[in-house]
Amino acid sequence: MWRFIGLRSLQAIPVILAVITVTFFLVRAAPGGPFSSEKAVSPQVQAALEAQYRLDQPPLQQYISYLSDLVQGNMGPSFYYPGRSVDELIFQGLPITAELGFYALLIAVIIGSFAGVIAALKPNTMQDYVPMSLAMVGICMPSFLLGPSLVLVFGILLDWLPVSGWGDSRGDKILPSITLGAMYAAYIARLSRSGMLEVMSQDYLRTARAKGLPEYVVILKHALRGGLLPVISYLGPAFAALLSGSFVVETIFQIPGLGRFYVQAAFNRDYTMILGTTVFLSTLIVVFNLLSDIAAAWLNPRLRYQFNK
Amino acid sequence: MNPKMDIQALDQNIPKGTSLWEDALVRLRKNKLSMIGLGFLLFVMILCLLTPWIAPYGYEDQNLRLGAIPPSAEHWLGTDTFGRDMLTRILYGGRVSLLVGFIATSVALIIGVTYGAIAGYAGGKTDAFMMRLVDILYALPFMIFIILLMVVFGRNLLLLFLAIGAVEWLVMARIVRGQIQSLRQQEYVEAAISLGLSPAAIIIRHLIPNALGPVIVYTTLTIPNVMLLEAFLSFLGLGIQPPESSWGLLISYGVETMEEYPWLLIFPGLALTLTLFALNFLGDGLRDALDPKASKD
Repeated sequence: MWRFIGLRSLQAIPVILAVITVTFFLVRAAPGGPFSSEKAVSPQVQAALEAQYRLDQPPLQQYISYLSDLVQGNMGPSFYYPGRSVDELIFQGLPITAELGFYALLIAVIIGSFAGVIAALKPNTMQDYVPMSLAMVGICMPSFLLGPSLVLVFGILLDWLPVSGWGDSRGDKILPSITLGAMYAAYIARLSRSGMLEVMSQDYLRTARAKGLPEYVVILKHALRGGLLPVISYLGPAFAALLSGSFVVETIFQIPGLGRFYVQAAFNRDYTMILGTTVFLSTLIVVFNLLSDIAAAWLNPRLRYQFNK
Repeated sequence: MNPKMDIQALDQNIPKGTSLWEDALVRLRKNKLSMIGLGFLLFVMILCLLTPWIAPYGYEDQNLRLGAIPPSAEHWLGTDTFGRDMLTRILYGGRVSLLVGFIATSVALIIGVTYGAIAGYAGGKTDAFMMRLVDILYALPFMIFIILLMVVFGRNLLLLFLAIGAVEWLVMARIVRGQIQSLRQQEYVEAAISLGLSPAAIIIRHLIPNALGPVIVYTTLTIPNVMLLEAFLSFLGLGIQPPESSWGLLISYGVETMEEYPWLLIFPGLALTLTLFALNFLGDGLRDALDPKASKD
């Protein structure tokens, strides 16, 4: 197990380094300097600005300084918000996005695996068709459509819930969390259904039944562990998708989280901010993939041996 | 009993040999949801193909005096705030959305199949190196990279195709590589090698056609993903730019005005959702038909 964790973690390092390198040079290759705004500035001011952001150095030099700053947790100043650093902005948005993502994932895992297990217990009956059709709707209805529809129905027509903000008024966290979680609930439902169906035909379940265990013990204790394995492996990629989903949801519900910062930085051409957020989010995603792989290997020893080979 | 008659009767009862594809077609035909999906898709594709000739109004015909009106006899799906006919705009938007879906998927298909086939056929160190590269690329958060690309290099359609295609080829490469790897152990491949065929000829003539089933299935399931990605980017304002139109863009306009003019959100939303539905149902049906071993997830 430790060998697996070690090897798998080592694999993450080149990925993170590749992300930083590609992002850095992509952003540097962007046409038009960050200060080529409408306002004309005097050459001296221009030079001073470029010196401040180290743009007067050769690219390789800039890259090395950026890396060494990054290791020390310094992502440099924002181009767009004067006097504020990128890490400051990131850590301002992070708790909000993390909370939103946590609720969404919670909704997705609970509702999704419940629906999937229910459907798998009686395949090809109404108990299977109804949750699986709903899951199909969840997959085909993108968040940028579901969100506004929920706003229209529950926020405007029924006037039950607030439609924007985060923690400003009671219940304003409900709609964004549902919007973000719905699609993943749908995926998880499908994954857990197929996982459960596969496990249900295994010999060890027949053994468990033959021992005379009550059906709920067979399912809760023996089937769930194997049946939910695909869901565990999906959580890593789901987390990545959740982050990009938060771009849309935070924009729709005007939530001041990381996703909205990222989209705004993209529009403002705030290059240091784009660079910093990309590096930060990518690292987060790589780490989460790593954790989900480790969790899957812990539950399924076969994966470990495959990797060690 | 006349023995001759018996033989004749037997003759009639011998089932005609069916190929894998005919077999799959029969199975697909039995799947009602898939056939409905296929029918709907063909309908949408024909409409979008014929749009310039059948659209009731011009694409950018504005009628500011009219403004946004709900569906009526003249404007079946209503008009937007500039008095532009929604049906026309949805049809034109569908052209772009479908085009992105098909072209980006083709990009993924070509890269993925070529790469996967080479890795699977070569085997050994080449294979290990190529697939490790895919693993590393797979771990990259591509959504963020696509946004980055759109920001850095401007929002052009060609780049969008390439960027989306570049993401989606990875899974395709894995699938094809797995298939080719198991196929190349077969005797007919050995026969082809001993006949002196070049590796390229073996891959193209013998291996890829036999790996086509899973590839078709995955392709059908990639198209909705790609269309969703395009709509997502256009919704954020990072994809298709006005005056071009796509369903994602129409939905994002619809969201802005949904309180006063809900039909501006409902109709493009329906167009996108129903098309995605159709593609997913068709994809599921194809998987059951062509690749019965693959589990449903």
